[in-house]
Amino acid sequence: MAWDRNQMAERAAQELEDGMYVNLGIGIPTLVANYVGDKDITLQSENGMLGMGPFPYEGEEDPDLINAGKQTITELNRTSYFDSAMSFGMIRGGKIAAAILGAMEVSEEGDLANWMIPGKLVKGMGGAMDLVAGVRKVIVVMDHTNKAGESKLLKSCTLPLTGKGVVNRIITNLGVLDVVEGGLRIVETADGVTEEEIRAATDATIVT
Amino acid sequence: MKKVYDNATEALDGLLHDGMLIAAGGFGLCGIPELLISAIRDSGVKDLTVASNNAGVDDFGLGLLLETKQVKKMMSSYVGENAEFMRQFLSEELELEFNPQGTLAERMRAGGAGIAGFYTKTGYGTQIAEGKEVKVFDGEHYILERGIFADLSIVKAWKADDTGNLVFRKTARNFNPAAAMCGKVCVVEVEEIVPRGSLDPDCIHLPGVYVHRLIEGQHEKRIEKVTTRQREEA
Repeated sequence: MAWDRNQMAERAAQELEDGMYVNLGIGIPTLVANYVGDKDITLQSENGMLGMGPFPYEGEEDPDLINAGKQTITELNRTSYFDSAMSFGMIRGGKIAAAILGAMEVSEEGDLANWMIPGKLVKGMGGAMDLVAGVRKVIVVMDHTNKAGESKLLKSCTLPLTGKGVVNRIITNLGVLDVVEGGLRIVETADGVTEEEIRAATDATIVT
Repeated sequence: MKKVYDNATEALDGLLHDGMLIAAGGFGLCGIPELLISAIRDSGVKDLTVASNNAGVDDFGLGLLLETKQVKKMMSSYVGENAEFMRQFLSEELELEFNPQGTLAERMRAGGAGIAGFYTKTGYGTQIAEGKEVKVFDGEHYILERGIFADLSIVKAWKADDTGNLVFRKTARNFNPAAAMCGKVCVVEVEEIVPRGSLDPDCIHLPGVYVHRLIEGQHEKRIEKVTTRQREEA
């Protein structure tokens, strides 16, 4: 049995250590917040906030308080606010320990593509290029294959890049892989998934 | 010198001309200068280049200036919420210069701080780096980005005194300080102008030196995505 969305998020939460300042992307990465348990984790929202709280109760939404996905949120007793230039200063400056992001493609050299499909709707990179260039550890959480069953872990990306050589670790529905010298190394398999199955579903070079 | 004006139209009087570069604060619909945007639409000024993280939605924010085709070019990081934007971009009626979000903020900050350009790792090896100088510092690749020097800044703050000292509220601060800094002239709209001396000088987010004109007004403050959680049962 491969991992489902929540199990992938739960596995990604194991990457976080006490005291970390972390930026979570949209989609499965957002779910990671549900699994941090007792760990002292401060979430950054790149529109200008550290210490992001949960969604507000109905009727308590504040138009001046949103996350980077433009959703209404709340503050915590540790929260601080700042402007966009300082927000990305702390991102580029390496003050944020980890970013957990979704992806369309990752290459065996750690290249990441997650912002654009040429010829289709072009929305923009938002803060993704800054995040992958600046945070100390970039963890990608995504399905191992696309809807057509093709590997999303490639020898080289076919889509426009978000960053070159930026990904450290990839958590998919099949397992956990690290970007290492010469390719990807399997560090963990999902329950009931074999290394052979991961190899068969992966286009990128797997090294041991 | 008097900075406080009666309304957005008066505050923009004499400042608008076709083909100008405007820097706008706001993130999504949060903290956008909605009153000044409406007044710019009503002025009919055209061929604008607008540096703003987003482009509003179809009927609110900068979307109003797209609807009337007053914008020639946008400098933004994310424009996914606006269908009219996409239509005009795909039919080549509108130019779009994508900027990584942090690069856009730093370009505004730099412009306002008298910095013509800076080197950043963001975007190295991507299509954003095409045509830009690459330089290696301590073994790492950086690309050259230029400061933005805008003709006009339009900004939304929460409170101001009549000298233009500004206080922002929560995540509505976002791009507003950087946008305010990078304009030759900066016009600010606030929810409340408070008496001089009532703002704590230690808690001013942006000093009045950056602010030239100021208005107070009613804001719609539309929410783009209302998300809530269930109340726990008592």
